[in-house]
Amino acid sequence: MELNRDNNNNQFFTSTIDKFIRWSQKSSMWPLTFGLACCAIEMMNLVAPRYDMAQFGAEVFRSTPRQADLLIVSGRLSNKMVPVIEQVYNQMPDPKWVVAMGACASSGGVFDNYAIVQGVDEVLPVDIYVPGCPPTPDAVIYAVLELQKAVAEGRAPGGVVRG
Amino acid sequence: MSNEQYFAKKPYAGGTAAMKFVVDDIVPALKKQFPDGVESGETPFEPPEVIVRPEQLEQVCRWLKTRGFNLLMDIGGVDYLPREPRFEVVYHLVALPELWRLRLRVQVPEDDPVVPTVSHLWPSAPHAEREVWDMFGIRIADHPNLTRILNPDDWKGHPLRKDYPVSGPRSAVPGLAAERNWYHTPKRPGDGPGTARTPERQSAEVEYDGAGGTGPERASDPEEGRD
Repeated sequence: MELNRDNNNNQFFTSTIDKFIRWSQKSSMWPLTFGLACCAIEMMNLVAPRYDMAQFGAEVFRSTPRQADLLIVSGRLSNKMVPVIEQVYNQMPDPKWVVAMGACASSGGVFDNYAIVQGVDEVLPVDIYVPGCPPTPDAVIYAVLELQKAVAEGRAPGGVVRG
Repeated sequence: MSNEQYFAKKPYAGGTAAMKFVVDDIVPALKKQFPDGVESGETPFEPPEVIVRPEQLEQVCRWLKTRGFNLLMDIGGVDYLPREPRFEVVYHLVALPELWRLRLRVQVPEDDPVVPTVSHLWPSAPHAEREVWDMFGIRIADHPNLTRILNPDDWKGHPLRKDYPVSGPRSAVPGLAAERNWYHTPKRPGDGPGTARTPERQSAEVEYDGAGGTGPERASDPEEGRD
């Protein structure tokens, strides 16, 4: 995306539409409130003033999946919750991204038992995994920024022409 | 009435005085009322406990409720696997506002474990009894709605028994990597964690007949009891 001037000193902004759309998608990624367990407390810290997530584009955390495009799975996913998270994910409009926050969402965490799904990626396609129990809000911000970089460069699903 | 007048009428409830009252007055009266099925357990630091026979449980609870135990705190199940009788169901009763506490233990054998319900006495009972059935397989006779409460509706097996494997059905399917969760088939068959972990697991007593939902598993299910 670049800024040019013509002979009459008018300024033009040129870009491809794809790049522009992807820039706008990454700059305003609105997460869905999907706090399952303890990681949800750290996610609350994420929107609190100290580690403000709104400065990176997540202006509001939407409660309805219909208006959200980022699903931060924060907490342990139990077997009983799987149909629920599938329904919520299906209700989100494209393009959507998933962040597996914490050890339990990434791999089952400390809970290797009958009730906990060993990683959200058994149920949903995950874009970024954040290790930690719980990860500090710094780590989640880093992950979301990496995801934004991936969206801008076209490595994650997004843009007008979806890959 | 001022605060001072109110608290002068109602001295502090609970504490050692309440425990002493239960041990000295209520438990002997209980034993006199139900001489056959009631014995007292020795517990120096915890609520006084009484061991009750299953067939007398309902009458004992009714009698205790008339004596003032109006709050059922919780019902818990215990599995003492090598011991016979294998299971125990523990009822924690509290009297409000005097704060008397009493614990009832019902010992249940392994084959055909049944206890009568107390749902008609205390409104907190039905949910706790469902949990006891869900986790241990101890049937509750005459329960209004004995279905799964903590586990998914179509779960097979009773997870808190001592012979249930910790990782559950994941360890039961031969040929499947131990870390895969068969209960929910993966969305994209080629994907998955794929991490190498040690394949040794406890041997499972859990059968596998395919994932899927058929509705709440009830205690009257013909397969129940075979774990």
